[in-house]
Amino acid sequence: MRRVSTIAVAGICTAALAFSLTACGESSTESGGKDKGIGLAFDVGGRDDHSFNESAARGMDKAMKELKVGGKAMTAKNNETEADREQRLSSLAEAGYNPVIGVGFNYAKSIQKVAADNPKTTFAIVDSVVPGKNVDSIVFGEHEGSYLAGVAAALKTKTKKVSFIGGVNNALIQKFQAGFEQGVRETDPKVKITSQYLYPNNDKGFNDPAAAKDKAKGMLDAGNDVIYTAAGLSGSGSIEAIAAQKGAWAIGVDSDQYQQSGLEKYKSSILTSVVKNVDVAVFDLVKSVKDGKPLTGTHRYLLKDGGVSLSTSGGNIDDLKDKIAEAKQKIVDGKVKVKENP
Amino acid sequence: MKKLDKNKLILAVAAPLLAIVAALVITSVIIAATGKDPLHAYQVMVDFGSKSDSQVWIINKATPYYLSALAVAIGFRMNLFNIGVDGQYRIAAFFAAVVGGSLTLPGFVQIPLVILVAMVVGAIWAGIAGLLKTTRGVSEVISTIMLNSIGASVIGYFLQDGRLAIKEGNLIHTPYLPDSAHFFEIPTTPKPVYGFVIVAALAGLVYWFVLSRTRFGFDLRTVGRSESAAQAGGVSVKRMVVTSMVLSGAVAGLVGMPTLLGVSYNYGTDFPAGIGFTGIAIALLGRNHPIGMALGALLWGFLERTGTQLEFEGYAQEIVGVIQGVIVLCVVIAYEIVRRYGLRTQQRKVGEELAAQARKSDKAEVTA
Repeated sequence: MRRVSTIAVAGICTAALAFSLTACGESSTESGGKDKGIGLAFDVGGRDDHSFNESAARGMDKAMKELKVGGKAMTAKNNETEADREQRLSSLAEAGYNPVIGVGFNYAKSIQKVAADNPKTTFAIVDSVVPGKNVDSIVFGEHEGSYLAGVAAALKTKTKKVSFIGGVNNALIQKFQAGFEQGVRETDPKVKITSQYLYPNNDKGFNDPAAAKDKAKGMLDAGNDVIYTAAGLSGSGSIEAIAAQKGAWAIGVDSDQYQQSGLEKYKSSILTSVVKNVDVAVFDLVKSVKDGKPLTGTHRYLLKDGGVSLSTSGGNIDDLKDKIAEAKQKIVDGKVKVKENP
Repeated sequence: MKKLDKNKLILAVAAPLLAIVAALVITSVIIAATGKDPLHAYQVMVDFGSKSDSQVWIINKATPYYLSALAVAIGFRMNLFNIGVDGQYRIAAFFAAVVGGSLTLPGFVQIPLVILVAMVVGAIWAGIAGLLKTTRGVSEVISTIMLNSIGASVIGYFLQDGRLAIKEGNLIHTPYLPDSAHFFEIPTTPKPVYGFVIVAALAGLVYWFVLSRTRFGFDLRTVGRSESAAQAGGVSVKRMVVTSMVLSGAVAGLVGMPTLLGVSYNYGTDFPAGIGFTGIAIALLGRNHPIGMALGALLWGFLERTGTQLEFEGYAQEIVGVIQGVIVLCVVIAYEIVRRYGLRTQQRKVGEELAAQARKSDKAEVTA
């Protein structure tokens, strides 16, 4: 019995202490600075993922240099919760960074909340549409870029087998898959396409090069000779596996992966990359904030706006130039409608 | 007798003290090795962590951690290593979200129903591992970790547009729970504390009561100490294994509830994962004690809250992960050192007493 009361007392004391502190404590929002420049919150994988995040980081670097603003980048960890993301965004806003940019759809909900709490700061989200007066939603036409990759793959394959590896099976990556499959099919219906994902629903798929390497090896063993990987940082594992096999081609994603110094060893196997110009979008936004006319609402960066494109560095698709240009024109003219779902 | 109690008390205080000091020293060395000032880091952490919104954040973050630690601790007390809490709470939360999202009932029926579904699903998922162990001798370490992957795949299968989920932009999630299923909040400023913290505290109380005040708890601890002794004492070990796995799974089912009923109101691709593994660390940290684990969970929340702030001060983001690892290691090692020391002193004392007795009886024989 004695032990019950001690534990009860201890419990009550702790609770009382916690709440009394809560009542009189200063809130962290009461301190902070202003006009510190760009606050960039990365998705998993971090700045140097040679892919999606790196593209956003390039935009930030360019803005810092050309517009002479400061900046701070923070990175998400695997297995984060909503609270972690909200904290990262509100810390940036409260520290005085403006605009605050959430790179990746994972920030959709948290941006909405934090933007409402910080009406004077401009927020932006990449890859998602979020309502809010002070939110700029930046989305891309990944399916259109992927369609062109599909055209290139169908023309380049010798085994008549190509494949797609997605990081996580979600709506965003399905856009890549859908565009790629349609592009292959409409170019050469005889080519067989295999599409697989690293993880059904865990964002670790964007941060697991080892899993992508295994998956790519399996695809190569099955006779696929052009592999398109849309998986953020994981993609480097896939490219590494493909480079080990002669005659096989990798298609990169988000950044022009042929020019990534981290992937230099494998670049002779990189056919092309579906480039998502996140950097352009980031720069546009920062400039608009600096000019006092912050962008808000939804901004779509499609193939016709140059928001997505197929990279040509390395010259590996130079022989297909005309066909790709033709396909691009059809999409731009609206003659070909690229599906967003496989 | 009185003196022994005092020794015990000193030993009980020595272990956590040793762990804290060792952890502080080691992390200071690590921070200093990265070329930064460790004292300033602690100052930043304490300053920021004691702000009112930080406190709320920490309590909210610690609630699922605590429940997860309880689930793990039930297994630990039985000498069962339930690594599967992670899979159990996720699959439990998923099906609870599906059931909750498809019904609209008054809150006092809906909320208990959602919680009940979660506990039952968690219990079934953990029970599979318990049955495999008793009927087929499969180690629960292997089966639970395998069940984690199976659980993730089951969720992945159903969590698709047109199956049990709906699409909202890039997020795919189960239908939203109706407003009646929103758990109450404790109105603190500037942000509210989730009401589920009270359920967590109650769960801790029940855990303590069942384990240390009931026959079942006694049996469970006995099996944990020695299976053969328990068997000899008339306890059915197999039954205890299944029951405790089921209980562990039922508590694991609660882990996702603060998030489901208080934050997201659905199970989506962004539902937090990995809390089951954090629970293992916190159960180790809190020595399976209900209050120890509560402190551990709060400490974990504190470190995570203040870690972001350290980043603003130019410290590496990974430093918090390092601190967490160091603390767990220090606690485990410190307790083992103190336990061995205690055992040695006890042995010495018993030895001395026996020797003294032997001398006395020798003397008695001589005089006789």
